[in-house]
Amino acid sequence: MPGLGITFGRGGATTFQQDLQHSDCILIQGSNMAECHPVGFQWVMEAKARGAKVIHVDPRYTRTSAVSDLYAPIRVGTDIAFLGGLIHYVLEHERYFRDYVVQYTNAATLIREDFVDTEDLEGLFSGFQAKNNRYDIHTWQYQGVECAVPAAGHKELFDEPGAGAGQHAHSVDVNDEHRDETLQHPRCVFQLLKRHFSRYTPTVVSQVCGVDEALFLQVAQTLCDNSNPERTSAFCYAVGWTQHSVGVQYIRTAAILQLLLGNIGRPGGGILALRGHASIQGSTNIPTLYNLLPGYLPMPSTKSQDGLERYILDNKSGSGWWSEFPKYAVSLLKAWFGDKATKDNDYLFTHLPRLTGNHSHMQTVADMADGKLQGYFVMGENPAVGSMNGALQRKGLRKLDWLAVRDFTLIETAEFWRTAPEVQSGQVRPEDIPTEVFFFPAAAHTEKDGSFTNTQRLLQWHHKAVEPQGDTRSELHFAYHLGLKLRQRYADSTDPRDAPLLDLTWDYPTHGPHAEPSEEAVLKEINGYTVADGKPVDGFTALKDDGSTACGCWIYSGCFKDGVNQTARRKPGREQTWVAPEWGWAWPANRRILYNRASADADGKPWSERKRYVWWDAGERKWTGEDVPDFIADRPPEYRPPEGAKGLDALAGNDPFLLQADGKGWLFAPSGMIDGPLPTHYEPMESVVPNPLYAQQCNPTREEWRRKDNPYHRAWGDPRYPYLVTTYRLTEHHTAGGMSRWLSWLSELQPEMFCEISPELAREKGLKNGDWCTLATARGDLECRALVTERIRPLKVKGRQVHQIGLPYHWGVTGRVRGEGANELTAFVADQNVDIQESKVFTADLRAGRMRSGERAAAGATPPALTVPEVPRDVTPPQDTDHTEAQEPEGKG
Amino acid sequence: MGSRKGFFTDTTLCIGCKACEVACKQWNQLPDDGFHFTGMSYDQTAHLGASTWRHVAFVERPVPLQGQTSGAGDFSWLMMSDVCKHCQRAGCLEACPTGAIVRTEFDTVYVQPDVCNGCGYCVSACPFGVIDRREDDGRAWKCTLCYDRIGDDQTPACAKACPTASIQYGDLDELHARAESRVRDLHDRGMTDAYLYGKDAENQPGTGGLNAFFLLLDRPEVYNLPPDPVVPTKKALRSWASVAMGAVGMVAVALGAVAFGREGRG
Amino acid sequence: MKFRDLLNGWPVLRQLTRGDGRALGDTAMTARSRSLEPRTKSADAVVKSICPYCAVGCGQEVHVRDGRILDIEGDPDSPISRGRLCPKGAATFQLVTGTQRVQQVLYRRPGGTEWEPIPLEEAMDRVAERVKRTRDATFEMTDAKGDRVRRTLGLAHLGGATLDNEENYLLKKLFSALGVVQVENQARI
Repeated sequence: MPGLGITFGRGGATTFQQDLQHSDCILIQGSNMAECHPVGFQWVMEAKARGAKVIHVDPRYTRTSAVSDLYAPIRVGTDIAFLGGLIHYVLEHERYFRDYVVQYTNAATLIREDFVDTEDLEGLFSGFQAKNNRYDIHTWQYQGVECAVPAAGHKELFDEPGAGAGQHAHSVDVNDEHRDETLQHPRCVFQLLKRHFSRYTPTVVSQVCGVDEALFLQVAQTLCDNSNPERTSAFCYAVGWTQHSVGVQYIRTAAILQLLLGNIGRPGGGILALRGHASIQGSTNIPTLYNLLPGYLPMPSTKSQDGLERYILDNKSGSGWWSEFPKYAVSLLKAWFGDKATKDNDYLFTHLPRLTGNHSHMQTVADMADGKLQGYFVMGENPAVGSMNGALQRKGLRKLDWLAVRDFTLIETAEFWRTAPEVQSGQVRPEDIPTEVFFFPAAAHTEKDGSFTNTQRLLQWHHKAVEPQGDTRSELHFAYHLGLKLRQRYADSTDPRDAPLLDLTWDYPTHGPHAEPSEEAVLKEINGYTVADGKPVDGFTALKDDGSTACGCWIYSGCFKDGVNQTARRKPGREQTWVAPEWGWAWPANRRILYNRASADADGKPWSERKRYVWWDAGERKWTGEDVPDFIADRPPEYRPPEGAKGLDALAGNDPFLLQADGKGWLFAPSGMIDGPLPTHYEPMESVVPNPLYAQQCNPTREEWRRKDNPYHRAWGDPRYPYLVTTYRLTEHHTAGGMSRWLSWLSELQPEMFCEISPELAREKGLKNGDWCTLATARGDLECRALVTERIRPLKVKGRQVHQIGLPYHWGVTGRVRGEGANELTAFVADQNVDIQESKVFTADLRAGRMRSGERAAAGATPPALTVPEVPRDVTPPQDTDHTEAQEPEGKG
Repeated sequence: MGSRKGFFTDTTLCIGCKACEVACKQWNQLPDDGFHFTGMSYDQTAHLGASTWRHVAFVERPVPLQGQTSGAGDFSWLMMSDVCKHCQRAGCLEACPTGAIVRTEFDTVYVQPDVCNGCGYCVSACPFGVIDRREDDGRAWKCTLCYDRIGDDQTPACAKACPTASIQYGDLDELHARAESRVRDLHDRGMTDAYLYGKDAENQPGTGGLNAFFLLLDRPEVYNLPPDPVVPTKKALRSWASVAMGAVGMVAVALGAVAFGREGRG
Repeated sequence: MKFRDLLNGWPVLRQLTRGDGRALGDTAMTARSRSLEPRTKSADAVVKSICPYCAVGCGQEVHVRDGRILDIEGDPDSPISRGRLCPKGAATFQLVTGTQRVQQVLYRRPGGTEWEPIPLEEAMDRVAERVKRTRDATFEMTDAKGDRVRRTLGLAHLGGATLDNEENYLLKKLFSALGVVQVENQARI
């Protein structure tokens, strides 16, 4: 999400699915939309029917490719090179939307003199600290700005090296920034961008990606021809972009391109992030994530131990919408600690636990495998199948005292102690696994009220249709009653460490035979209310920093406006405008296209009649249009902040990106990105070729777990594992299978695990269609059927043939249809920006026949030895990594 | 009699998601057809049958798609949701000796499960291999064109679910007009391969035209459809002969029942 | 049944006697066929819902009779999905009514080889006890560096992307108050 958040200000899709119908060109990359979001894909088909061009760029020819106008195959893991090539094309051929770029992006902003680009440092930017693989970001800053220019909604920004932590100089006045609106100054962002992408020529793109040069040029031309005042192009992506060790920068590259083309904030434009779970957007907004509090407020770290003031100083921006930060932080504390939270006690800010480092999923499991954890809750997730290195996940579970799983069925994570591959093979005996396991059957969405936040930031309420049967209960019920039981057990405690639990507001009304807590009461708290009378606030502009308001998630504020559950609104689509503002409720403030002030020119007039959306009504002196204007309602286009203006006053009438400190879309990110202000092509952790562009092979800030139970392959050209593998979903299944592999109607449609290979590779391996084959990595191996298809093509990369293997990841060892999971092959490796795994690309071996050993590195197996010398991943070898080798002896299972 | 209803399945809009297969199973509460990996592209149900009334065919063909620029070379992937054609001259209906198969007021062909005795004559009479007997109860089953739903002015389950409107349901006259206009539109866009399969008697004399007709991009055989389906000749005669045989059997059964009843009372 | 009734009920004979050789009209129709109607007609409620699979957010209508689900279909009112569903959405009926769903709390004791059913309330109490035990044993007011952390690293949570916003909110709130920081879900995208 930071890819969008850092560039535009908010970590969510900039547009909504129905808006795709107005696109003149839709580029789908990093997504197999027709297969993974078929019903959303109707809007792509609508656009196509209206004459739009649909482009699909993907390693595999999928059901999306089948109906596209233009299909370009690329080597998996090379999207930055492809998109960087498009940026190069746009800049070289002057196809950018000049007025938009000059007015609405930071293209004209000058960057400090001591900034050094990857062009001059073998693929590194200035500020790289080899000792901890992190960047000091002070050289990336705007000229004339002393401290870091704060990125919107980023985790403790001023905690980054060089960002000015402790200096409290956060209230930088970015309006003093130096600009050159002719875009000629050699240190303006525009020129830096041009230079940075100068070698991403069509020839280089062709060599890196294995795509035909003419085909690449056709993509570039089609995109440019459909991006101008009269026309707009949209991008759709999904986890094909995110699940890489440099994934956030994939999205950054697309975001930069869309800014250059003037496609953000306009109808038919934007970037549609396609999420894969019913409320995955919601679970980031109201995060069950370690580093965030609701509404993208950072979880405090030990740096903030001085109290609320320091926390606010380290996170509040001097200008832009994040200058409102204190209101949201205080209102959250009031929502959680109620009357106990007062100004005098810092609203009990000290009650919150503190971070000291990475507590993400993979780190937690690594710690678990090292015996550092005792208890684990897993709710509606199946890490034994769906997470990286399944055997390491299960090793972690074996080291727990207790595990509580909540799901519909006995998924692999609940049954790891008796059905796991290493148990079936006899490597591990159930009798030796000390973990106590509780399985709680979960209520389905039809058995409870509640809201999901969909891929377009839209909250939609689902109503309870029937009572949950037997012991099935909602997670709301579980969380609430567990909380009550714990508060009871600690009721007499006077120990300060128990005070947060006892001071917590935890008194929701209940209803029904099972004392179900009121879902709407929770939603009302999320929306926020005035403390004095409990009346729901109308939106986040009503929130205060003086303790008079409480709000559980400021970006959702307004979802219970007027005491009405706005998320349950269901005015039929056919009875509304195409924007359908009265169906559900979208954050923020029910806006459907974000940054929509950019749909009008600097003077507030639509760029064209054809792309009219939001404009300045000079008569009424306010912004108006098809949608809720994403701007300060009465701020005229000609407004320019007076000298020394702070907060929202510092936003000019031509600053459509309200959450940014400078109100501009960030082509260049002076902060917020751990791995660089501009995207750079790095090879994945495991590749088949050296990086064709730089000496630096991989993302220098990637997150590694170098452990015996998580072995890596050679950086490139590992003779043991010569093929590239990419993982994906099929339409007929869902994630790790818990909601699909048990259903006959879905299971019969894709009953068996398979891999997709080209006829050329099949011939090389002596495989026929439907034959059994074995895939192996240093982590483990699996057997599956070979689906030999022309849809997978070997690609020419720098003159040599590269084979790619496609692998769906849905199967596991329980369920109606069973198979071996793709994640038996993958390793823990991540993008440090977001701790997301690199599951979209790794290397493996392929053999004909059922040759599975069943051995797992995480259960003590040793992979075959590398017979050729290692090759470095880094220009400067890494030292002092965060994730040190496990100390305890390996191999005990 | 209600207006004539049917399906127009536009294969150029099909994304092979199989929502139609599942929506059909859900509405009609049909069992699975087994869990077998076929190796036939993404087609794992293989064909229409007693328990699969919508079936999506996947055709990986060494021919480029007209209008598509592709880095995949001379290759394209066609998908088609197949279904009972509800023929104007329905072989199954003509062969049915029990009157279980009827033509409804919507001009669709419906198997009445309360009449079907599982004789199976219909199975061999279908030139498309659609109708099929279920192993457990022996009766013949196929798409009903959601006879229960359309009588209530609802859209059949498959057409309602179809995410991309590849399956369109409606009045046959309107569907014909829409289909012809779609073909013209595709031709204008350079997809000159597009044509209608089974639209009417002129288009497909052997069946008298199909109430469930298709827009295709390649020869029918490519989609596993017969190029020139013909309802078995002299159908009427043969089916009445079947009826006669059925009648003999029926009388025998009836007499048997009477005899049994007497015995039972005695 | 009388022989005469049996014969009269035979569609072919009705067709013959009424001269309907093509089996058109109602002559061939049995009483069942003539009275056929969608089972949703008998629903006593149609409840509006949202598909629980991917994040497209398709509208669903849940038809209910006597506290049981009869049918789940796309909601034509939804401006996003317009009544349509993908195969997973169309299979929601089986997801929520299928026999694969476990209805009972199950417990596996340390070293155990089988599941054992236990009452829900007892399981909740046991889990609460284990949370307390783990938390009390692993809680740290300060870390090794002496910084105040007020937390436990002894327990963790995973999951959330298929849960409701309200559920995630209570989980985050409760775990934060307990000092649990290792709270994660699929949304690392």
